[in-house]
Amino acid sequence: MSIFIFLILLIFLWQGFYWVFVDLLEVFKPYAVPSPLGVGETFIELCQDGTLFEATGYSLLRGIGGYLIAVIIGVIIGLLINHFSYLQKNLKPLILGIQTLPSVCWVPFSILWFGLSTQAILFVVVMGSAFSIAISVDNAIKNVQPIYTKAARTMGATKRQLYFHVILPASLPELISGLKQGWSFAWRALMAGEVMTTSIGLGQTLITGRDLADINQVMLVMIVIVFVGIVIDKCIFSVIEKRVLRKRGLL
Amino acid sequence: MSLVLKGIHKQFDNNEDATLNDINLEIETGEFVCIVGPSGCGKSTLLNLVAGLETPTIGQILLDGKPITGPGSDRTVMFQEHGLFPWLNVIENVKFGMKMSGVPKEEQERKALHYLEMVHLLDYKDYLIHQISGGMRQRVALARALTMDSKILLMDEPFSALDRQTSNQLREELQRIWMETKRTIFFITHSVEEAVYLADRVVVLSAKTGKVADIIPIPFDRPRQVYDPDFVEYRHRILDEVRKESTL
Repeated sequence: MSIFIFLILLIFLWQGFYWVFVDLLEVFKPYAVPSPLGVGETFIELCQDGTLFEATGYSLLRGIGGYLIAVIIGVIIGLLINHFSYLQKNLKPLILGIQTLPSVCWVPFSILWFGLSTQAILFVVVMGSAFSIAISVDNAIKNVQPIYTKAARTMGATKRQLYFHVILPASLPELISGLKQGWSFAWRALMAGEVMTTSIGLGQTLITGRDLADINQVMLVMIVIVFVGIVIDKCIFSVIEKRVLRKRGLL
Repeated sequence: MSLVLKGIHKQFDNNEDATLNDINLEIETGEFVCIVGPSGCGKSTLLNLVAGLETPTIGQILLDGKPITGPGSDRTVMFQEHGLFPWLNVIENVKFGMKMSGVPKEEQERKALHYLEMVHLLDYKDYLIHQISGGMRQRVALARALTMDSKILLMDEPFSALDRQTSNQLREELQRIWMETKRTIFFITHSVEEAVYLADRVVVLSAKTGKVADIIPIPFDRPRQVYDPDFVEYRHRILDEVRKESTL
């Protein structure tokens, strides 16, 4: 609750700042400073003509689609580098290196491959999050307490049973936080991709705002991007995470 | 004859001295054998070898005539830390081993309830692991081990992480359960009192030589009394031997 009061306070402060420095003292030009009222107006406008819903919808679709592909690829790579010590020794450092590459760096490469298309954006999303997922899958499995696998082996569990009945559930809490982090990477990479290409989406709405020199629209889209990120985190990942941790008495 | 250890040597890569040095031991079916010894004598290593979690450098371990090549459900282990799975509740944990070996569902349920009753935890069957005490967790681990119908039960200091009162209570229960079920038990402990209380035979390992220093049959009838003068005498005698074999 206190966070809402805090946010409302912040908005009032922001609007006050705008009145004093833009309207009254004219220190800043109106096109350079967004205001809560301006953002609100733009919000209503973009809702009425449907732009905002369309853009958010497309972005979400691409984000989730790209993220799911990244999860599949990341989990496979993670399992491989975990299972084969050769890959662990030689491929993992490389993946750790690639992971430090900001996702926007994949955009030129992606455009040369796929043109200004949805595939290009998906490629950036996958590249932006698959490797971080791979690394967290590997770490999650490594951090499974040896006592669990030992106990299961002395009860006759086969390799396959070990994976599905011990390693998977034992690494679940860490796996989920890795997937959650993967999502935040994916969402960021998506924006990098959308800003640089031309498909409908929040990234393009943001660029349109810049082209129209409409700082309120720019601000609005940024707020929406943050909002979507938070909603997905709180409504999906945090819910699952809390349930898992509570069952184990870790919360 | 159930378990036979023949000329077991175990040497670790980073250690020049062999931890275990020519261990020969035979354990009869239905026998309760306790291994004691000063710390560093390789008690737990010996158990890991029998469990198949490690392989001997030289020597062979036979269970009913067949050599041990890896872990298996015929040699279930009960660990010092309970090794229960926190994502399962009590009864699911007890059923785990049976589930792995494909025991039919009704049979799993029946046996799980039977052994939970034996360890007095029937009322707690739906509890999560973090909701029960350390002593209860070890009881669950015991029930889980018993469901496996292993040829031999391996216990690696199962009560040593518990407070004294709980640990005494649990060993009394283990004695009762052993009298009821007559399992073959291979029990590692650092507590000589626990060994004399539980075992048919106490095996003293030496930290100096890595060999079996002595094997002492315990002649007392069960249930045993810790304050019985004969019991106390045995305890002191074995304790002296253990001290002699310490490298500290």
